[in-house]
Amino acid sequence: MIGDRARRIEDPVLLRGAGRFAADTVRSGELHMRVVRSPVAHGRIVKVDVSQALLLDGVVTAWTFDDIAELPAIGFRLTPRPELIPYRQPVLARREVRYVGEPVAVVFATSAYLAEDGAELVDVEIEPGQAHLQADTEPIPWIDAEQATWASNTGDQVAAQDSEATTFVEEYGDIDAAFAKADRLVKKGTHRVFTTEARIGRHTAVPMECRGLVASYDESDQLLVVDGAAKVPFWNREAIAAMVGLPPHRVVVRETHVGGGFGPRGELYPEDVLVTVAAMRLRRPIKWIEDRQEHLVATNHSRGQHHRIQALVRVEDGFIEAMDAEFFLDQGAYVRTHGATVASLTASMLPGPYVIPHFRARARVRLTHKTPAGTYRSPGRYEGTFARERLVDTIARELGLDPATVRRTNFIPADKMPFERPIQAMGTHLVHDSGDYALLLDKVSERFDFPGIRAEVEGRRAQGELVGFGFGYFVEKSGIGPFEGARVAVDGAGQVTISCGASSVGQGVDTVLAQVVADGLQISHEPIRVVRGRTDLFEYGRGAFATRLAVMAGSAAAIATEALAEKARRVAAHEFKVSFEEVELVEGGVEVRENRAQRLTLGEIAQLLEPMNAAAMKEEPGFSADGWFRTDHMTYPYGLHAAVVSIDRETGHLAIERFIVGYDVGRALNPTLVEGQITGGVAQGIGGAVYEEFLYSEDGTPLCTTFMDYLIPTVREMPDVEILLTEDAPSPLNPLGVKGAGEGGTTAVAAAIGSAVDDALRIPGAITSVPIRPLLLRRLVDQVSIP
Amino acid sequence: MKPSPFEYHRPESLEEALGMLARDPDESKVLAGGQSLVPMMNFRLASPTRLIDINRVPDLEGMSVSGDRLRVAARTRHIDVQRNELPGPLGELLREAAGHVGHLPIRTRGTFGGSIAHCDAASEWCQVAALLDAEMTVVSASRGERTIQAADFFQSIFTTSLELDEILVAVTLPVLGETWVTGIAEFARRAGDFGIVTATTALNIVEGVVAEARISLGGVHEIPFRSEAAETVLAGQAFTPELVVAAAEAAADEVDPPSDVHGDADYRRDLVRALLPRAVRSGMGAT
Repeated sequence: MIGDRARRIEDPVLLRGAGRFAADTVRSGELHMRVVRSPVAHGRIVKVDVSQALLLDGVVTAWTFDDIAELPAIGFRLTPRPELIPYRQPVLARREVRYVGEPVAVVFATSAYLAEDGAELVDVEIEPGQAHLQADTEPIPWIDAEQATWASNTGDQVAAQDSEATTFVEEYGDIDAAFAKADRLVKKGTHRVFTTEARIGRHTAVPMECRGLVASYDESDQLLVVDGAAKVPFWNREAIAAMVGLPPHRVVVRETHVGGGFGPRGELYPEDVLVTVAAMRLRRPIKWIEDRQEHLVATNHSRGQHHRIQALVRVEDGFIEAMDAEFFLDQGAYVRTHGATVASLTASMLPGPYVIPHFRARARVRLTHKTPAGTYRSPGRYEGTFARERLVDTIARELGLDPATVRRTNFIPADKMPFERPIQAMGTHLVHDSGDYALLLDKVSERFDFPGIRAEVEGRRAQGELVGFGFGYFVEKSGIGPFEGARVAVDGAGQVTISCGASSVGQGVDTVLAQVVADGLQISHEPIRVVRGRTDLFEYGRGAFATRLAVMAGSAAAIATEALAEKARRVAAHEFKVSFEEVELVEGGVEVRENRAQRLTLGEIAQLLEPMNAAAMKEEPGFSADGWFRTDHMTYPYGLHAAVVSIDRETGHLAIERFIVGYDVGRALNPTLVEGQITGGVAQGIGGAVYEEFLYSEDGTPLCTTFMDYLIPTVREMPDVEILLTEDAPSPLNPLGVKGAGEGGTTAVAAAIGSAVDDALRIPGAITSVPIRPLLLRRLVDQVSIP
Repeated sequence: MKPSPFEYHRPESLEEALGMLARDPDESKVLAGGQSLVPMMNFRLASPTRLIDINRVPDLEGMSVSGDRLRVAARTRHIDVQRNELPGPLGELLREAAGHVGHLPIRTRGTFGGSIAHCDAASEWCQVAALLDAEMTVVSASRGERTIQAADFFQSIFTTSLELDEILVAVTLPVLGETWVTGIAEFARRAGDFGIVTATTALNIVEGVVAEARISLGGVHEIPFRSEAAETVLAGQAFTPELVVAAAEAAADEVDPPSDVHGDADYRRDLVRALLPRAVRSGMGAT
């Protein structure tokens, strides 16, 4: 069962259109919320007047900052570096607006239409200021002492802050000593110093379902019920409870179906606070459904980095002795729930699969008058992998070495696993738990016939085509702890329910958890019911992010199943008056080994565990068991992306003809779902590499606010993704040996395509930024020297 | 993304529709396929207070040939234009061009006349209308029917010479003889997007000589752009691939394209150079 291409148990409901997404929750008497957003990127609020809106029939109320002044700025969920606190976002704009799309007022009305009519009547007057849009120029004064003090909310005075919210270093080895000897080594001719730059455009996730939330206060139960949550319902329950002034046990947060998460969806945003506070104040159900235009300016953006890397490299074989990196992260106008997560991950994962004895990465998180940024599938790794792999390609080319050989030279050798890199990643020690990087390169190269691809590319080039082949290598991370739990219960009919703190963003977590339990109980996974994403039905849950659930919840489910099986055997042994060792679990029942006719089904065992009988057996009543999995370390899957591309000389059109992914997940719980994750991830990676970027005019007006300007690749632009899944390096850190599959489809897409485009143009180092637009390629084609 | 309040009217005849439109032409909008109007209303870029849905008005759909003219009724869906069985170069051009209009769901709803009345410079149908000097038949309640030439019809971005109380009922195109070669080439970032640049071409090649040349470009001007420079280069000359390249150069020099997030002016000129010959070649059965 584990490892089977089992069918998704989620799909029958979804395919019949019976799913319940955020907007499908309808409550009688509900009010619709509409957010009035800043039309300018930066300015002083002169006036926000809601009086005309209030006169409209159907508008119940409208708020500005003054109406919610007692609410603090929104806190951090991850990587809460203290210096970031003054940069937190108020629920509604306070005194100043800092990006187009910032909430300045909110209208509540009896229909979504009337709410939008009302929002149009809110009179917003803003005195525009200069928009600051570059993260890699000198920092500018950003917030004054009054704002910093207010946002910090500690009672202490906080000084004015500039636009560099934080800068920090991740390092190991002795980078200064390494570069101190660089001059001498370069003169000697044994080493060279390489300097490269890389830019990754600002883009983000656009899940099919935009954000949404429905909250209502149930007077009879004395409960605030919040529907439509995603990703991190347990954390959001605590945050919402604090915002609305209720104890957490009076707040129930429930996940509905979720049409895609990818990082941004499910975090606590200003709108989530407004919906829940309004439900308490107005004592009516409040519904907010984000529209696509809002999504593209209001939901977290991501990426937006500029890297500068200096590397000291051995000439003989391309071994990287030392890497000194600095990068600028365009954070947008505020620091939201992710704190410094993206910067931290960028820095710590930058070395990737390579040894690099001396390393330093300086992160600079800079504010700009743009939508605030957070995580997006493979945060920090997509960016860092592009920067690092471009460097490695540069090294190979300049030294006249084969790019695959240079990578092999630098790989952490398999016999050095587990390999500890003395830096932190997401607050954990970075230890590559297992891996054979060279083996995967060999296998992918053989499976997809890299020499054959190379020969074909050469042949076409000889015919005058601009066609190229390139690849990028990466290490991902997954399965961050610290814990996850699961309860497996069987009822008197023998039916199994898994309850857990996991969340589903559509990735198929129900199916894999059911497979893990079905495997342990030797039953079919299809009838199993999975309860998750509900704070009223389980005690703890850390959420669906960082590719953690197969590892964490999967392991917890395995542990719970083992405990349940033991309980079943104890009951059967008691019933048949034999020893525990004499019974075994076989296909959903427990049998006496020596007399198979003596068998109890799981349902019969559940019946025997009714409270009176259970007491007689000295068992806890009920046929259920809990399992908890705890870990201090992440697992590190790894992979390779390769691309064949061709360029139309006349239009600059880039065709991605082939896209190949090799990925080692330790153990694939369901290969079909892993391949699905990879294929979707590649699509998003291609988006960032070729199509998607949020552009701004000089005054900070966003230019990409619809799908006509913000281009996500469609099925027509997608190549077939050719995938080789391997299981050569199971994780030693969890009982399943599994590593995460969620993000490895995205990580090296920009790196691979950049490399292939360089190759097609035969202009080394031509591609230093993504997305790669036809306009750029058209101009580069003119520099191509080959016929 | 919810529209402002509006009245919805659904007339059963053209007379009724024109009467409704005449009552308050400034505040009314005619709804046919709705593939541009409805999104604009949802974005509140357009806020008509009266919507007159002509989908039940009879005799507004279909294509018919009379003599050497093809009449395309205004509400004919893109998909039906794409499926036309008209023989010869015009039928082929219409089928080819329709394939570039959005995606299938858009083509099943959007209409030929709606696209022309909307006057988006990137629209394939506006290109074709300009290319072939189409005649627009328009009707109003008070003044009856009149005909407007394409050159007079397209005024500026999203603006035509259609009066506010008029409805476009049909577009008439010349049925091109067998000596004509028509073609279209479009460059968009993604399948189904509006072309960044579109080239449509119609050449009458008689015994190896270009007797008449028509070149229309989209995405380079606020309305479809007939390239006189390219047409002049081609007309009267022996048809050769080099001649077409020279025409493309002339067109690229002639245009003064806009710059936006999809490409700057120079890039659009490059696309003119690339696409004009491709349009010609596509009509000759090669790409």
